[in-house]
Amino acid sequence: MTQAKQVPATALPAIELRGITKRFPGVVANDNVSMTVADGEIHAICGENGAGKSTLMKILYGMQPADEGIMKVYGNEVDFKSPTDAIDLGIGMVHQHFMLADQLTVLENVVLGAEPTKSGGRIDFAAAKSHLAEVSDSYGLDLDPDDLVETLGVGERQRVEIIKVLYRGAKILILDEPTAVLVPQEVEELFRNMRDLKANGATILFIDHKLDEVLAISDSITVLRHGKTVATMANDGVTSSELAELMVGSELPSPEITESTVTDRVTLEVRNVTVSGEDDRPAVDDVSVSVHAGEIVGVAGVEGNGQSELVDAIIGTASPATGSVHLLGEDITRHNVRTRRDEGIGYVPEDRHREGLLLPAPLWENAALGHQTKPPYAKGFFIDRDGARNHTETIRADFDVRTPNIDVSAQTLSGGNQQKLILGRELTSNPKLLIAAHPTRGIDVGAQAAVWDVMRQARKDGLATLLISADLDELIGLSDTIVVMLRGRIVATLDPADVTPRTLGAYMTGAQVDEQAGEKG
Amino acid sequence: MNTMIRRVALSVSAPLIALIFAVLVSSIVLLASGSNPVEAYGDMITHGLKLGTIVDILNRATPLYLSGVAAAIGFRMNLFNIGVEGQYRFAAIVAAYVGAQLALPGVLHVAVILVVAMVVGGATAGVAGALKVTRGINEVISTIMINAILISGVIAALSKRWQAGGSVDATSSNAGVGTDPIPESGLIPNLNGLVEPITGEISRGKELTGMFLVAVAVGVAYHIILNRTRFGYDLRASGINPFAARAGGVSSNRMIVTAMVLSGMVAGLVGMPSLMALGRFNPNFVSLLGFNGIAVALLGRNNPGGIVFGAIIFAFLDVSSGILQISGSASREIKDIIQGIILLAAVVAYEVVRRYREREEARLAAEALAADGPPTLDGGPTPSVAGA
Repeated sequence: MTQAKQVPATALPAIELRGITKRFPGVVANDNVSMTVADGEIHAICGENGAGKSTLMKILYGMQPADEGIMKVYGNEVDFKSPTDAIDLGIGMVHQHFMLADQLTVLENVVLGAEPTKSGGRIDFAAAKSHLAEVSDSYGLDLDPDDLVETLGVGERQRVEIIKVLYRGAKILILDEPTAVLVPQEVEELFRNMRDLKANGATILFIDHKLDEVLAISDSITVLRHGKTVATMANDGVTSSELAELMVGSELPSPEITESTVTDRVTLEVRNVTVSGEDDRPAVDDVSVSVHAGEIVGVAGVEGNGQSELVDAIIGTASPATGSVHLLGEDITRHNVRTRRDEGIGYVPEDRHREGLLLPAPLWENAALGHQTKPPYAKGFFIDRDGARNHTETIRADFDVRTPNIDVSAQTLSGGNQQKLILGRELTSNPKLLIAAHPTRGIDVGAQAAVWDVMRQARKDGLATLLISADLDELIGLSDTIVVMLRGRIVATLDPADVTPRTLGAYMTGAQVDEQAGEKG
Repeated sequence: MNTMIRRVALSVSAPLIALIFAVLVSSIVLLASGSNPVEAYGDMITHGLKLGTIVDILNRATPLYLSGVAAAIGFRMNLFNIGVEGQYRFAAIVAAYVGAQLALPGVLHVAVILVVAMVVGGATAGVAGALKVTRGINEVISTIMINAILISGVIAALSKRWQAGGSVDATSSNAGVGTDPIPESGLIPNLNGLVEPITGEISRGKELTGMFLVAVAVGVAYHIILNRTRFGYDLRASGINPFAARAGGVSSNRMIVTAMVLSGMVAGLVGMPSLMALGRFNPNFVSLLGFNGIAVALLGRNNPGGIVFGAIIFAFLDVSSGILQISGSASREIKDIIQGIILLAAVVAYEVVRRYREREEARLAAEALAADGPPTLDGGPTPSVAGA
């Protein structure tokens, strides 16, 4: 592990966390997290999705109580019951998703909920305006208070959110992935604003997983992994490769690489697919990739670089602007989702609660989802209840789904068991191709190993798998080929036998662009 | 089997608790207004158990049940078809007109009238579905608008145009009585002859509607389609989680339009018991069944069996409260209060039972896991999460 320098403690730290632990059913989101944020610094918290960053920030902002641990603000121990308590102590949070009323002006949005009133309960807009002017001047944030929010761009809206927080007297700002919604120019503008804020005495806690941004703006960095603090260090001389290694962890034993079962039969072929994004930039930009029977192709990339949209284009929930998708030689670009699923595409979605399960429905109905048109789940026009139930019992036994019975609702199961159920239903439906998006995300270690086993076995049996993952060890251990996506493009095609998480991380962040796997530093 | 009994007991408990709660609260209201609740409820129950009243209750419950099913089909797909009111009245007037123009043998004539009603209802609701899919217009807004257009515009205009006698001639002896009468062959006969061998003679003037059997058939069909067919599975899946359903190959647009059309088709039948009894559509044609159906569906949890319960409770209160006016033991409006409170209490009780059931399930699952012991891994690596 990289030698991490501790930030020398100055007078009184703005925030001090000791041993914060937060458990959710089946998962420990924060495990004994400790960190110190000095007064007046920009402190970045980075880590992969699911590392526990957001939970930690919610605890800090009073949205969720911690199960264990001590929290100090300017040296005083605090116990927040709600965000109001946090705001009273000068902590403000800017959420990733803006909470603004489009039809109101900047001024109205800023004072909303904290309106100065004059006699008779009328809003004192004059006072509000002068206070707003004071705040924006002193922090160098430039906005016209009379503009309608709906006319503003994303960067400006974010500035409104920041001013909203400052207006309420916040000295410590929490920014939750502020750059996720911004284009590069806006990111620069945001960073300028953040430096101004810092110069005027604010402390900023900033969540991000884009390493180049973290390195560009922060004074110190805390890395979280699997809910634990891996390191806190000053931002001097640390490289993005080192950070990447800390984030994903290289000391995890890799799933062993077994002999190749790759055949010469192309199962999936994606040809020059482009998917339009929400802004001008395409989400997937001219991507070509193919997966053979018996092959696992891993897709690496920092979240939000087009992986989800590529999956959508393959399973049919989004249609590509240009390019085509072929399954076993047949062009399926125009086929709808049902046809594609029936043609043999199995799908393990990235967010199993959102796309994978009917949470309040019984397990056997969940087992049928996506395969409800075919035996054993259906008999002609009817659902075959006996067939579906028997088959669900088979899945339960073969995939070790721990459940009292198959009539309990899916929400009763732990994440790992839910995932095993999903994998079971996809793999027992005789798929030709499996799209597995983050198959081991948020599940416990035991279930993770079971999922890997299942995928390896399926590969041996000739299944073609496209594996999208943020867990670099998983990618390196399971894949026969790894492609790296960055800003919607495939920027590298690598042989997992000669990459390390460190080099992979470098490709993912764009620190390394060619195919030469040289070490940095 | 024990779990089966538990499950049934749990699902019945919520509406029962709601009913008891509503009776208690209404008693307080009755006491406060100077009436004797025991006397009032006594009157309602004695009156409600008379054979003639039971026939009235079933006649009232029949359209309420159909209306409840119409609303429930929408609810199962997360659609709020608030337009049942307009759909059934529009369907009724068109069916009445078409029925009056035809001379067909009995069964066929009845079938044509019912099919016309279903097609009109389905098409009307389908418009709202199509607007949602193509233009993103919320179905609540569009069905309310369509209600307004149909009820105060189209139906009013058609009533005049299809006035019996073919004109609005005020001197005509038929003026104001509604559309031309449907010939005898187009009317479903009452079921008195069918049930009297069992129940004994039903008092004169009371006829058990033949639509009762149609409502039973609709209930059975609703149950089978919803719970036994692929289509019903897709519908429920989309209602529970549209994203998962989509990833599972269900086209949400298609489901929205189909669910609206089916809901409207059942809505088209809501006016049929009255049409069959009256033989024509008239200006005083029964109203508000559509809105009551929403309440009935909520009370019945959108469940084919539950809606039976909801429809009968509402019908019982509607009909048996009639005696209060005569006996003078309380004001008849007490039934509105009871209906309102049942509904509120049911919503709360269902939620309480749902949470209890969830906790119970989680507990059982945890026990099952503990009994299995810690997970054992056969083969494969055991990655350990290294700490800081």
